[in-house]
Amino acid sequence: MRGSAAAQRDAETVAWVRSLRAHGPEREDAVRQLHRLLIGVARRELRRRSLAAEIAGPELDDLAHQAAADALVAITGKLDRFRGESRFTTWAYGFVVLEVSDKLGRHFSRSPAASSTEEDWSQLPDRFALDPHRQAEWHDLVEGLRRGVDECLTDHQRRLFVAIVLNGVPLDAMVAELDSNRNAIYKSLYDARRKLRRWLIARGYLDSGPAR
Amino acid sequence: MNLNSGWTELERFLSTDPRDAGCEEAMKALHVYAELVVSGEDPEERLPGLAAHFAACGPCQEDLVGLLAAVRGGLP
Repeated sequence: MRGSAAAQRDAETVAWVRSLRAHGPEREDAVRQLHRLLIGVARRELRRRSLAAEIAGPELDDLAHQAAADALVAITGKLDRFRGESRFTTWAYGFVVLEVSDKLGRHFSRSPAASSTEEDWSQLPDRFALDPHRQAEWHDLVEGLRRGVDECLTDHQRRLFVAIVLNGVPLDAMVAELDSNRNAIYKSLYDARRKLRRWLIARGYLDSGPAR
Repeated sequence: MNLNSGWTELERFLSTDPRDAGCEEAMKALHVYAELVVSGEDPEERLPGLAAHFAACGPCQEDLVGLLAAVRGGLP
């Protein structure tokens, strides 16, 4: 992938990289400044997301400091991999945003609020904004989906479907619960979606539509 | 029975895009994608696999929104 030429020429980016690669006070100042910026980004991002996660006060501040500290370690450790495809701050803020996701996923996985295993199909219409006044139209599809989940998914795929789709457990919380990674969980769910769609089409619950 | 009442959220969920690049690629290139958005370029044209992924993956989409908010210096 190519970054924009403007990004590569960005003087601020050049200054950040030079200072972080320096030794002594210049590097220490740059690290302190970056740390302050990362804490600010982490706080704002946690506040933005905490409406759903219900984290506030000292707990939010503690998570912000943890996310910023972990991001700082990752950034300084991977500085040689920065190829100027974006401004330095865009690259650096990406680390702290991902750390916030990770911390919130772990936080949610420790919370008793949502079960990852209890199979509650009554939530499905709400999850997909199915109009209760048109239940006659979607009832068969939902029943078909329920059969498909039982008959065509693997145990692992079924567990993820129940947790994430039926029970609304965040994907990142399942990553923490299963000690996995986001890509692996997403891929399993992606394969489950594809299998379910084919299963539903084969049995007449869905029109085939565009090939996918 | 076929569901002919329009393109529902459920049908959208069941549809998968073969261009979908996955979370690993999205997390690696999050900064590149965000920079394209901020600079007014067309990320869907430049990075279609990532665009397909961000459209389908809630957590990665949330990360992108968060990074864009951080880069723009304010809350969305």
